[in-house]
Amino acid sequence: MNNVFVYCEIEDGNIVDVSLELCTKGRKLADQLGCKLEAVVIGDALKGIESQLFPFGVDFVHVANDKRLYPYTTTPHTKIVVELFKAEKPEITLFGATSVGRDLAPRVASALGSGLTADCTSLEIGEHIDPKTKKEYKNLLYQIRPAFGGNIIATIINPDTRPQMATVREGVMKKEPLAKTKIGEVKNIDISKIVTDVDFAVKIIERKIEKSKVNIKGAQIVVAGGYGVGSKENFKLLYELAAVLGGEVAGSRAAVDAGFVEHERQIGQTGVTVRPKLYIACGISGAVQHTAGMAESSMVISINNDPNAPINTIADYSINGSIEEVLPKMIKYYKQNTK
Amino acid sequence: MKGLKILLLAKQVPDTRNVGKDAMKADGTVNRAALPAIFNPEDLNALEQALRLKDNYPGTTIHLVTMGPGRAAEIIREAMYRGADGGYLISDRAFAGSDTLATSYTLAKAIEKLQPFDVIISGRQAIDGDTAQVGPQVAEKLGIPQVTYCEDILEVTAKDIKIKRRLERGYEIVSAPRNVLITVHSSAPDCRSRNAKLVMKYKKAKTISELQDSVQDYEQLQKERPYLHIEEWSANDLNVEPMRLGLNGSPTKVKTIENVVLTAKETVKLEAADKDIDFMMKELIASHTIG
Repeated sequence: MNNVFVYCEIEDGNIVDVSLELCTKGRKLADQLGCKLEAVVIGDALKGIESQLFPFGVDFVHVANDKRLYPYTTTPHTKIVVELFKAEKPEITLFGATSVGRDLAPRVASALGSGLTADCTSLEIGEHIDPKTKKEYKNLLYQIRPAFGGNIIATIINPDTRPQMATVREGVMKKEPLAKTKIGEVKNIDISKIVTDVDFAVKIIERKIEKSKVNIKGAQIVVAGGYGVGSKENFKLLYELAAVLGGEVAGSRAAVDAGFVEHERQIGQTGVTVRPKLYIACGISGAVQHTAGMAESSMVISINNDPNAPINTIADYSINGSIEEVLPKMIKYYKQNTK
Repeated sequence: MKGLKILLLAKQVPDTRNVGKDAMKADGTVNRAALPAIFNPEDLNALEQALRLKDNYPGTTIHLVTMGPGRAAEIIREAMYRGADGGYLISDRAFAGSDTLATSYTLAKAIEKLQPFDVIISGRQAIDGDTAQVGPQVAEKLGIPQVTYCEDILEVTAKDIKIKRRLERGYEIVSAPRNVLITVHSSAPDCRSRNAKLVMKYKKAKTISELQDSVQDYEQLQKERPYLHIEEWSANDLNVEPMRLGLNGSPTKVKTIENVVLTAKETVKLEAADKDIDFMMKELIASHTIG
């Protein structure tokens, strides 16, 4: 039987959240297809790691354990995964769309000649009839993702190649253990036949993982405030909205100079340049020095008391109102509409 | 140390950040003609890394390799204006419809013709697909190591290259052997601007197709100044299996496309009223901007 496989990433001895989210989704896909769910864990000191996976309904855990396999480097992990997939012939394989998964999955796909879809936002099982040949396909994986800068949503399929491969970002799928843990089976991979010393040519000299530092540049949603926010106290409203939407808070130079927000969050010519999916400008007039740092945002919302603020001209939505009034309503209607 | 031979993989992309309301055709497909074509942003970060190596290690050469339609030669010229030495345009109707696998196969075949090289540098991903797949897929096909998410190429010695990688919650410094493929992250420094002298020198650099389209007699000019010749390769110039090109060589197929451009760049003017905010949040959720 061709099963669903999830590549599980390790950080500090734990399976990372995105991998458990994918196991949750993988379990559902496997149930729909009537097949097993298998996990691949590659790293060091992995004894007992399966206990983190069984609550999510994993039937088989493939473990490759070696001191040289943690932290992740590309070549050895690629070789191990490729060999495993060649032997097991999975139907579907899922990877986190992380700096590890997006480094590994394309190499594996390239080696196997498989189709891979990056950053899927939804995965479903469905049918397909080829428009030209009229050939019918059953139980294909629909890999659904935004494309073209988020302007279209595409459903991608791999009719003729296996495995059907996809990556998914953290937080897109839900992490949900089963009501009752099912004890699966561990299969150890003998890596001595797969990797050699040459495969460790890329060496990690230094590695520093910080506990959630401000990352405005990488944020998909930025809630930025200007002098018009009025006070440090009012900035709390921005933090609340950012927390609800999963974004970061930033400020204009005027807001930073006024001490409303710290310098590392400054957007603009003398600060950081961002290109998020959504930029919410609160009480920002929109001087060129500021817009230089955010003009490439895919979508801009401007909230301002001044209907003639220059920022309104580049905004997709301009809201004539105060921060105190508008932000709590945005939170309220976001929650109401996403239930 | 001797200079490096650098190949820069880059792509000309439609500017998906500036999508107007005519960017989508009535049938929901993308109207590429309505979108300006630009140098993929992270490929410019990659170019800057290459140019810094050229600054630091005299004798270094940078050649851009790009696959695309004829007009993609524009980004080769653009790179030359900023300090690259030349480039190769890989262009053929047979490549149309390539997914990342077929693209990486084609690029790897072109790179095979350009061996030996010291390092291949490219942007992490292109903004029209955001997949970040082509770099690693090319490296796999060439059988060379890769370092993705590069923020800074710190040092090159005769033996290896030291690279800082940007990770989600931190960084890594790795050493890689020569003959590595590096993909550069947007957190790397922005690319320097054009150099006026180089613009003067290279503005008449053309591919063979562009010469055919051109009314002026460039052929004589190119004979006198060979650096104005941009190499152009079709499928016939590469040692490729036709079944692995274009749509045929692409395992992924697009089943359906749904247009989510709801408002484009027309400003929607709202008040702080409940119904206005409710309307906006619903649109943002429907367009997958949030939620």
